[in-house]
Amino acid sequence: MDAPDTTEAPTQKSRLPRLRMSGRGMWITFLLVPPLAVMALFVIYPIVSALAYAFYDWQGLRRGEFVGFANFSKVLFDEPFATTTWNAFKNNVFVFFALMIIQNGLGFILAYALWRDLPGARFHRIAVFLPVVLSTVIIGYVWKLFFHPIFGAVNQLLRSVGLDVFAGPWLGDPDTALNALIFVNAWAWVGFPTLVFLAGLQRIPSEILDAARMETDSELLLIRKIIWPLIAPSATVCFILLFIGSFNWFELPYIMVGLDGSPFGTTDVLGLYFYRTAFGNQSAGIQDFGMGSALAVLMFLFIAVVATVWTIYLRRREIEV
Amino acid sequence: MSNTGTYEKPGLLGTFGRDGLMQIILIANTIVMLFPIIIMVMSGFKSNVEIFQSPFSIPDFTDISNFVAMATQTSFLRYLMNSFIVTGASILLLLTLGTMAAYAIARYDFFGSSFILLFFMAGLMVPLKLAIIPLFILFRDLGILNSHWALISVYTAMGLPSTVFIMTGFIRTLPRELEDAARMDGASELRIMWSVMIPLCRPALVIAGIYNLVPIWNDFFFPLVFIQDDALKTLPQGMTTFIGEFSTNWGVMFAGLTLAAAPITILYIVLSKQFINGMTAGAVK
Repeated sequence: MDAPDTTEAPTQKSRLPRLRMSGRGMWITFLLVPPLAVMALFVIYPIVSALAYAFYDWQGLRRGEFVGFANFSKVLFDEPFATTTWNAFKNNVFVFFALMIIQNGLGFILAYALWRDLPGARFHRIAVFLPVVLSTVIIGYVWKLFFHPIFGAVNQLLRSVGLDVFAGPWLGDPDTALNALIFVNAWAWVGFPTLVFLAGLQRIPSEILDAARMETDSELLLIRKIIWPLIAPSATVCFILLFIGSFNWFELPYIMVGLDGSPFGTTDVLGLYFYRTAFGNQSAGIQDFGMGSALAVLMFLFIAVVATVWTIYLRRREIEV
Repeated sequence: MSNTGTYEKPGLLGTFGRDGLMQIILIANTIVMLFPIIIMVMSGFKSNVEIFQSPFSIPDFTDISNFVAMATQTSFLRYLMNSFIVTGASILLLLTLGTMAAYAIARYDFFGSSFILLFFMAGLMVPLKLAIIPLFILFRDLGILNSHWALISVYTAMGLPSTVFIMTGFIRTLPRELEDAARMDGASELRIMWSVMIPLCRPALVIAGIYNLVPIWNDFFFPLVFIQDDALKTLPQGMTTFIGEFSTNWGVMFAGLTLAAAPITILYIVLSKQFINGMTAGAVK
């Protein structure tokens, strides 16, 4: 190419990249602004507001005056709220520990069994995960009907095999109601830790296992010393997600035992209490956004702090393969 | 898979015993998993008397009167339609917006890109349920409380972090050469993204889509708070209405629960591999 004018060439050259740069900048802006705007409006703004709302007095939907920590102290220390809060918290803690043992424990055993790739493993894997994709509402109603004292499938089954003594009003008895809910939750969700653990097991290099099997015949020792440490990342995920899930527990108890955590608050958890406080219920008919927000902030802080500290601790014991 | 190594060892019998035990555990567990679902489906074909007297018997599968009652006497089809609309719109929006952000973060070097990725990652940790009160007030002020837009907005926002996470990871693995070749040919950035890169992203889009599809389709909490109008209710929320209407007719209730479980169950059985990969995507990474 023979440029007719040599003095014009440099300006053209320098203008061209600059134009392209701003075009590229505009393109990136176009790609990023809509998703960031959605996050800002529907995630950041509500989370920040939730924090602020807890410091105000609320009359229905109208924000009143700034009251400092009054809502927090009411929820934590003033009766009758404090008793309810601590009772619900205690139940959440129980649910978490019970599910750690039943749901994550069984999940690990099932993952180990599936990992051995026995005949039918594919079918068993699909079966164990099926309830995970079903709505909690469906699961809650089905099991509520199954737990019916007279006509429910659970008691009918117990009676038909001669175990009449165990047949009882599962959801109506204060001693069994929360355990029944925990069982249903474990039934519905056990497929999740199973498949997360299974994915971890499948990533263990076979050379490591072969070498270890040369050293010992004890499978239990192998699991404890080799397998368990190597699938630590899977354990971290299962533990943390279960922790968050247990303290956000709402749908299943709402469907199966109602907003009040009947009988006598034995199944009351923070999720139900939060909903009752913020949006009212038939028996109380009141709604208090200030106290509700305070509860939400406390739950959020508790979950965030414990989950963060625990994740750091769990991450430390993970080993890179 | 590891049997070959253990055959010569004295633990042969032990190994067989262990595998036998594992097989028994798996079979027992599968029965516990499937039995309740089978009972639910079978009860949908029964009358009250049959359910109460012989709960575990095989019903007459040609008698679909309970299902007909559910479809004609309740708003079941309306709820189903609403669920399709809300879930479809949310998935479409979150995949579009999520891919846009992920593409910018993964394909271009610009100031602040890692900060923006971190910003989205932080969103993975936030339980948005606890921000329900401000969301309620925000939607009231925007005038979209008690409308599908409230649900679609929340679901899109909830799904964005995981979508950005999954898509960024995938788009980063795509080779630069294709893009550079297209750029050499004078294709615009939009054209490169749409015609060259997006078609390659299909597997990751499926994973991200399924990861978000299940919780959105099944969600009960947000409609419970945002939707009052019966004609706008989604399936999980609508279920509480028709279960209430038929609380004395167990056959119809079970038929309704079976119908409600059917769409996602069928999809899951057809796409079980993608479902399992998709739903554990965030955890297995």
